[in-house]
Amino acid sequence: MRILLALLVALLAMPVAAQDAMPPAPYAYRQLDDPALEARAQGLMETLRCLKCQSQSIADSDAPMAGDMRHQVRTRIAAGEEPEQIRQWMMERYGDYVSYAPQISRTTWPLFVGPLVLLALAGTLLWRRFRRRR
Amino acid sequence: MRSWRFFLPLGVFAAFVGVAAWQLTQTKDEFVHSTMVGKPVPAFSMRAASPDRPGLALADLRDGKAKLLNIWASWCLPCAAEAPQLAALQAQGATIVGVAIRDRPEDVANFLARYGNPFTRIGADDLSELQLSIGSSGVPETFVVDGQGVIRYQHIGDIRADQVPMILEKLREAGE
Repeated sequence: MRILLALLVALLAMPVAAQDAMPPAPYAYRQLDDPALEARAQGLMETLRCLKCQSQSIADSDAPMAGDMRHQVRTRIAAGEEPEQIRQWMMERYGDYVSYAPQISRTTWPLFVGPLVLLALAGTLLWRRFRRRR
Repeated sequence: MRSWRFFLPLGVFAAFVGVAAWQLTQTKDEFVHSTMVGKPVPAFSMRAASPDRPGLALADLRDGKAKLLNIWASWCLPCAAEAPQLAALQAQGATIVGVAIRDRPEDVANFLARYGNPFTRIGADDLSELQLSIGSSGVPETFVVDGQGVIRYQHIGDIRADQVPMILEKLREAGE
């Protein structure tokens, strides 16, 4: 039992060992002074994927790398960049995967066209059925 | 005799189940690959991360010689496991420049004293800026960069002993 407990504690301690000793980036946890700019940064941060913890956005994640990404987003917004410009910059480096805002591209178009095709199919089927009944 | 259309929905359903079952048996690629392979490294300049090696800037990558750009950190356990492979690569003629992510000079010095120093230069990337600008999503990662500063290959995770010849081959290709 004691060994099991020790193992459990060791497991819990492992992520701690994988952290760095550096303080977080200046704008990792600090909001921009201008609320309007901060709102734009927040909107973008909520739709960028954390690369370390791939099911969270960088706004949700406490991973140091997500903090560094928030710092980038906030400093770039403060410097006058458009959120979509920054998203594009990230996507040039990490591909579509980094963005939670889906875009139509060479690989994603079936996702957008598929439902339309199914809807059209269902529509035609229904139309033909009802017409036959009459 | 029912028409084949009667069984069509069942067929479609079976196809869905089949695809799902097949996908479940496939190993998922958990890595986020850089889409910067084939593109030049953006401009950067970093202070030295260790007192006995110079820092790193774009000009150092564009000196005409292909190199390995190793992204690592003293707090990263797989980086320690990778050290013998980096030493082997260096012994076989590879030039390796290092980028220490979010690292303190004293920690870098301790790590290098313990695991060896295969690097000719080590830059300190305190805000992961270079890491983000080349599409790297963690430590360790190794990029093969040609003499013009263009990324030719990305290796995600620590280099295993059996991968050393492959990395050397990629480096040789980049040097041509």
